[in-house]
Amino acid sequence: MAANIFYFIVFPGFLFTAVVGLLVSWVDRKITARIQWRVGPPWYQNFVDFFKLLGKETIVPRGAGRIGFLFAPLMGLIGVTLVSLILWQMNLNPNRSFMGDVIVLIYLSILPALAIIIGGSSSANPLGAIGASREMKLILADELPFIMAIFTPLVKIGSLKVGSIITYQLNHGMMFTHHLSSVIALVVAFLCMQAKLTLVPFDIPEAEQEIMAGPYIEYSGPLLALFKLTRAMMLFAMPVFLITIFLGGMQFNGWASGWSVVKYLVILILIILLKNTNPRLRIDQALKFFWLRMFPLSCIGFVLALLGL
Amino acid sequence: MNKLWALKKSIWVYHLCSGSCNNCDIEILDCLTPKFDLERFGILLVGSIRHADAILATGSISRKALPRIKRVYEQMPQPKLVIAVGGCACSGGIFKNAYNIVGPFDKIVPVTAYVPGCPPKPEAIIDGVVKVINSL
Ligand code: SF4
Repeated sequence: MAANIFYFIVFPGFLFTAVVGLLVSWVDRKITARIQWRVGPPWYQNFVDFFKLLGKETIVPRGAGRIGFLFAPLMGLIGVTLVSLILWQMNLNPNRSFMGDVIVLIYLSILPALAIIIGGSSSANPLGAIGASREMKLILADELPFIMAIFTPLVKIGSLKVGSIITYQLNHGMMFTHHLSSVIALVVAFLCMQAKLTLVPFDIPEAEQEIMAGPYIEYSGPLLALFKLTRAMMLFAMPVFLITIFLGGMQFNGWASGWSVVKYLVILILIILLKNTNPRLRIDQALKFFWLRMFPLSCIGFVLALLGL
Repeated sequence: MNKLWALKKSIWVYHLCSGSCNNCDIEILDCLTPKFDLERFGILLVGSIRHADAILATGSISRKALPRIKRVYEQMPQPKLVIAVGGCACSGGIFKNAYNIVGPFDKIVPVTAYVPGCPPKPEAIIDGVVKVINSL
């Protein structure tokens, strides 16, 4: 019992994910600044931002749904903490895996998006409502190809456990380098992840220049800090999810630990480059992109996996 | 104490234009370009007043803008700072005695720092923000 609480709160749950998440979102800000020929913030900037927001006043706007408004940030935070917790437990010890944990992970990874929808629509702000509705459409768009892509390697090895896919990859090498179906699935899952992280080109829900901050517009102080923290933790947890499924997981013994970090950094830098070299799509373009391009592509991957490629 | 330490290192500013000739606003945007890069000091431009720590106010206030400025100021979460940028915002500037001008900013809301100039250079704006930070 005590051990479980420790896992949840300190390592590899909340504290670990939060600290690493804030650090990697600094990497994001720094690289973005360097691409734009700027210097960029110091490494502790995100921590300072977080503590500053904790010290500010919380305002609940008149007419807002109080319960939804106050609890939405917490819900997203719990979702992403659980995703990270389960992923790391399995990466550190694949035997901890249980039947159908992939499904649990996929469900939990939707929670932050649901939190944004609830928070945005209960904030009694028209721009917040627009942001929430866009987020809803974006989930509808990216969820289908994402699930198809995640299930492709699992169909290949015929198991619904994250643990068994990690052990399979330890024995036979990465899914990504050995199976054509996984290559297609990884591309699809990567683009869907960009939408799940709501980064450019899919930052349609919070589109700074048109609807200010979208669902976050009425949030101030600690609640905003929780949302920012959730986003930072997602930026850490989602790439780890992809690495676990497609790129052989994260191992920490000897040389393997350096290799794990390299894998994560490569994915992170790809995300940042994609973010910095693309304009924002409209919501209808995003829907078309995911349903008419990514979904057929993920179906092809799925069929290839069924054929054993 | 701790709160202020964090606030000093990360001031998020909200850009409020109330009847300026748009020149001061362009200088504010200049501060965010690669040459000056305010993000080095943790200063970010935010789109929503609820996220902001400081208002960068430009322009002499016209009658139409007055109720909105009061409202924006009230919607801001504590602790709040106001920095008046440009001659208009500090004292009325060249529009001082015009019929539709209700005031420089300090008649309407408490102002923390004044940055004079028509328009002030980006260096001057940065200097103003630094002075605010040091006075905290
Ligand atoms: S101070 Fe000068 S530049 Fe700035 S808004 Fe007034 S007239 Fe324009």
